[in-house]
Amino acid sequence: MTAPHATPSASARETTEGTVYTVTGGDWDEVVAAAAKADDERIIVNMGPQHPSTHGVLRLILEIDGETVTEARCGIGYLHTGIEKNLEFRNWTQGTTFVTRMDYLTPFYNEAAYCLGVEKLLGIEDQIPDRATVIRVLLMELNRLSSHLVAIATGGMELGATTIMIYGFRDRELILDIFELVTGLRMNHAFIRPGGLAQDLPPGAVDQIRALLKTMRKNLPEYDKLATGNPIFKARLQDVGYLDLAGCMALGVTGPILRATGLPHDLRKTDPYCGYETYDFEVPTADTCDAYGRFLIRLEEMRQSLRIVEQCLERLEPGPVMVADKKIAWPAQLALGPDGLGNSLDHIKNIMGTSMEALIHHFKLVTEGFRVPPGQTYAAIESPKGELGAHMVSDGGTRPFRVHFRDPSFTNLQAVAAMCEGGQVADVIVAVASIDPVMGGVDR
Amino acid sequence: MTEANGSNGVNPDKDLNAENLPGRRGDQGEPVRVQRGMFGANNGGDTTGYGGLVRPVRLPGQATRPYGGWFDEVADELEGALEEQSLLPENAIEKTVVDRGELTFHIAREHLLRVARTLRDDPALRFELCTGVSGVHFPGDKGRELHAVYHLRSLTHGRVVRLEVSAPDSDPHIPSIVDVYPTNDWHERETYDFFGLIFDGHPALTRIMMPDDWQGFPQRKDYPLGGIPVEYKGAQIPAPDQRRSYS
Repeated sequence: MTAPHATPSASARETTEGTVYTVTGGDWDEVVAAAAKADDERIIVNMGPQHPSTHGVLRLILEIDGETVTEARCGIGYLHTGIEKNLEFRNWTQGTTFVTRMDYLTPFYNEAAYCLGVEKLLGIEDQIPDRATVIRVLLMELNRLSSHLVAIATGGMELGATTIMIYGFRDRELILDIFELVTGLRMNHAFIRPGGLAQDLPPGAVDQIRALLKTMRKNLPEYDKLATGNPIFKARLQDVGYLDLAGCMALGVTGPILRATGLPHDLRKTDPYCGYETYDFEVPTADTCDAYGRFLIRLEEMRQSLRIVEQCLERLEPGPVMVADKKIAWPAQLALGPDGLGNSLDHIKNIMGTSMEALIHHFKLVTEGFRVPPGQTYAAIESPKGELGAHMVSDGGTRPFRVHFRDPSFTNLQAVAAMCEGGQVADVIVAVASIDPVMGGVDR
Repeated sequence: MTEANGSNGVNPDKDLNAENLPGRRGDQGEPVRVQRGMFGANNGGDTTGYGGLVRPVRLPGQATRPYGGWFDEVADELEGALEEQSLLPENAIEKTVVDRGELTFHIAREHLLRVARTLRDDPALRFELCTGVSGVHFPGDKGRELHAVYHLRSLTHGRVVRLEVSAPDSDPHIPSIVDVYPTNDWHERETYDFFGLIFDGHPALTRIMMPDDWQGFPQRKDYPLGGIPVEYKGAQIPAPDQRRSYS
């Protein structure tokens, strides 16, 4: 007796091209027959990986019965770029260039988590100049604004509220202008470096940031007017993507989703870093556990970020932005030269013409990098999406032995099934938008 | 020290565990690799005269009481709670490391699930949030090459502890803690995907980042980075893993 799914041997015929086999297959006949017999409306829909509303290359696999989602699963990995593996083949300073590309909407957070980890491994946390720390906080909070603006903008666009999208990207552009002025790039800055910053704020940056604060204070209420009380917007967001505190704890969800359950957990308050304990700001919460609460929290967090940025500007004192230890401080003496490249002519004159020791140090630090004592550490910061953690292991060499990033988008995306199952297909879009996943961070 | 001593465990050139040696920095702890020479270059001839230097690189080792701060409290509570479950703490906790202000418990893999559940449920410990698992591959740590590292966060008490579990390359099994921390579902899949660590008891341990039919585990140290040489301003720049490097 043959096995139930035995494949009949493929029939063959000779042609001028060679032997051609006709393959018929396995149990497909049964599958097709069963599918034809099923009289319900249960279908499985692949949403993505290129659907515009899925935030990059997220693939959602939905089993739907009519308009109801009975099962929701995520397919991820389409943007896996092997950043963690690549880090093991570059020196510690070069790592910032990679990690800034993970969650591309929060580059400064990736850099800060990485650099705080390296500094902890080196044991130089106390030596980071104040000015560097203040500028880090300033850039991170501006970055929180730009990230939340994208979250709100794309979330609105997916509902068909294109005005919110236009407003969001308009305001984000103002912030990216600041980033461009300060770092030279709109994204992927690699500006925060182990030991401090790549360079100081350029002239005029403080004035431009003050002007931005003024503009943002005028623009932020527009989102309130547009969306917060808008009955259509509320109808689409309220009670959608429900996840309560127990669900958040079990699934490891952090960030605005957790705070929308009423728990004011924010690492800036509970486990402060970069001197956040000395800033005056509040952690907004909501008790609705839904997409609307998350929207309100993002909006309020942007206002709080403006407050922090303002305090940063008041605290900016002149001073160095890199540790004094010349064995660690990357010789980043940058200035815009006549050829458009970034090396400071004074620095080049010094190492090429005056001091051979400076040249040797420059050369060794750039080609070899610095050594980091063996051990491991976990540096966690509050990114706009939740807890961004960097687990770093050093074997005493000039390159990371292992760096693992606990990206909040990756963890939070696990909640899709819990948020969407039993709801409508249209609500999946809202739920995913309220998670605000960025696939660059999820897949790394 | 003469060459004749080489075989009886006292020549540091030959034996990292040589005993009759003066105390050195980081004398305890796992040796993870051996640094040779002074400058760490791993290719090209050595013309410095320092090529004969041999120095084992060790990770921070067992800490001694008191650990400091709240570390003792957590360690006492955990040991007490394990004893209550008639599990000898020294059987479950292989080693406690305090380094850079962080507390690490090295847990025997067969007791991981029990320890994780205790850490989560005991009111004095209450580590509610697991931030996932990270794999580390130490080819030089014979018999415990693959490590799984968990960071647990207590929102109640505002603490973070690290659990570290190891498994040999030849038997890469570690119990899954998805039952205790469902968030580890994807994290364990990721660690399996990259390190080949098999988490026993995971509901669906499949690849998550790499394609389903991928061969090999990319984050292991013996898995090559790959890459091709590129031309830049007329010069050939070798692939990143082929370039001169220092350790």
